[in-house]
Amino acid sequence: MTTATGHAVCTDPAILNQWYAVAAIPEISVAQVHRTRLLDSSVAYSVTADGECLAWRTAPNDATVTVDASSQLDWLPTRTAFGYLWMSVGEPPPDVFEVQESAEPDRRTLNAATIGIAVSAPRAIENFLDMAHFPYVHPHMLGEEPHTEVADYTTELRNGELWAVDCRFYQPKAAVSSTEGVMAEYLYRVPSPYCAMLYKSSPGDAERMDVIGIFVHPISEEFVRANLFLCLLDDVSSDTTIRRFQQTIFSQDKPILENQYPKRLPLDPRAETPIRADKMAIAYRRWLTDLGVTYGVIPA
Amino acid sequence: MITLYNWDLSVNCYKQRLLLSILDVEYESIPVDFYPGWEHKSAEFKRINPLGHIPVIVDDGYKLRDAHAILTYLASKYDPSGRWYPASDPHLLGETAQWMLFAEGTTNTASAARLHVNLGYEFDIEVLREGAHELFRALDEHLWFREREGLDWVTSSPHPTIADLAIFPDVMLSEEGGISRLDYPAIRRWTDRVRRIEGFVVMPGMFEAAKGAPK
Repeated sequence: MTTATGHAVCTDPAILNQWYAVAAIPEISVAQVHRTRLLDSSVAYSVTADGECLAWRTAPNDATVTVDASSQLDWLPTRTAFGYLWMSVGEPPPDVFEVQESAEPDRRTLNAATIGIAVSAPRAIENFLDMAHFPYVHPHMLGEEPHTEVADYTTELRNGELWAVDCRFYQPKAAVSSTEGVMAEYLYRVPSPYCAMLYKSSPGDAERMDVIGIFVHPISEEFVRANLFLCLLDDVSSDTTIRRFQQTIFSQDKPILENQYPKRLPLDPRAETPIRADKMAIAYRRWLTDLGVTYGVIPA
Repeated sequence: MITLYNWDLSVNCYKQRLLLSILDVEYESIPVDFYPGWEHKSAEFKRINPLGHIPVIVDDGYKLRDAHAILTYLASKYDPSGRWYPASDPHLLGETAQWMLFAEGTTNTASAARLHVNLGYEFDIEVLREGAHELFRALDEHLWFREREGLDWVTSSPHPTIADLAIFPDVMLSEEGGISRLDYPAIRRWTDRVRRIEGFVVMPGMFEAAKGAPK
């Protein structure tokens, strides 16, 4: 199904009925109307002077300048979580998934960047879940030749979320606060189809893990704005230094993502040849198939 | 010691990092939280540059802003060979100035398109893309004719100049702004040559030239 402007309309319940982070709250100018698209629908949002978050559906050529909660608009549900404004164009669950670590008072929680990428949401997620590219795309940071082996790991479904556990990878500079190369331990978590997180050993704490998330805001099937969420154990580095490290990594991934063809993720297991290291990618594609996802993918 | 007010993802800051690396000049980088902090627009940063943009350098107390002006200064001061900024040859100097102005155009089209796509700057993206293609077509044709003369760079010098470095990142990252270089083979050969200059460094979003490929 397509709109008059030729855009696909998302009809997948598994994609429509989700929360999507559309902006980091500290970056939203108060009392202004911000327009964007979500799953090809024209939407707008605003944070009022009282801090209330509003979101509504708009006509594509909308020019509304001010709104308040009493305006007659096609309202959409909103939530705030982990420093982001979340909204939905479907019927989402009562709350955004939990990130328990974000409530720990000694953590640094910040948006590293919100960056537009000409790629489908599932391609962006799949890249985030991949370790094998580290030495080639993020040399001297997240990987280094000849340490290219991805040790075997396990994928599993936990309460409707997809996880990869027991992941390990040699990293010369795993975080901005790293002083030496380490065998970094990773857990990957996909709580909803277009949001993913990783938990990795922290140079600042032997007991707990740093949390990094990618909350993808799908504009269309082939263009996203990716929000990079950080929840770190680091009481030394400045916000600027932390962002700089993550933005560099993000920008290194960008040309790789934008040059993947087809832009939509093929779900047919025979479409792209996987290797053992791609276990999580295979599990992710199968999970999307099981959820009945057709938006942003080429169904099997 | 040179201090560079820098954001890693800025093409204009990268132009300075690239020249300093090629000339093997040490400098201190002061990271500016350009995005999402908009630190360059803060009152504190405007004491360094009242126009609120980066890069800015301070060299032994001497302060200078604007990417292409800084390139001119750094090459004049730190390249004893005089090849990067060929001030002693009127023809080459004129051509260098001409292509530095061309680089203002690629920055204001190709690199502006990148800001629109990446960071959501409100520009008319189709106008920017069209403008970039117009410049790329001219550059591609120019470089093709240069190659026929056995020359590798935008000026008629046998050696690259700061004009090559000023244009290079706007072109090299154009795909981030949705501007394909598929139709510009001479540009692609030229970017390969730039990436093989001794001392070349990448910025995020670029890759080094393939190992072992012919010079």
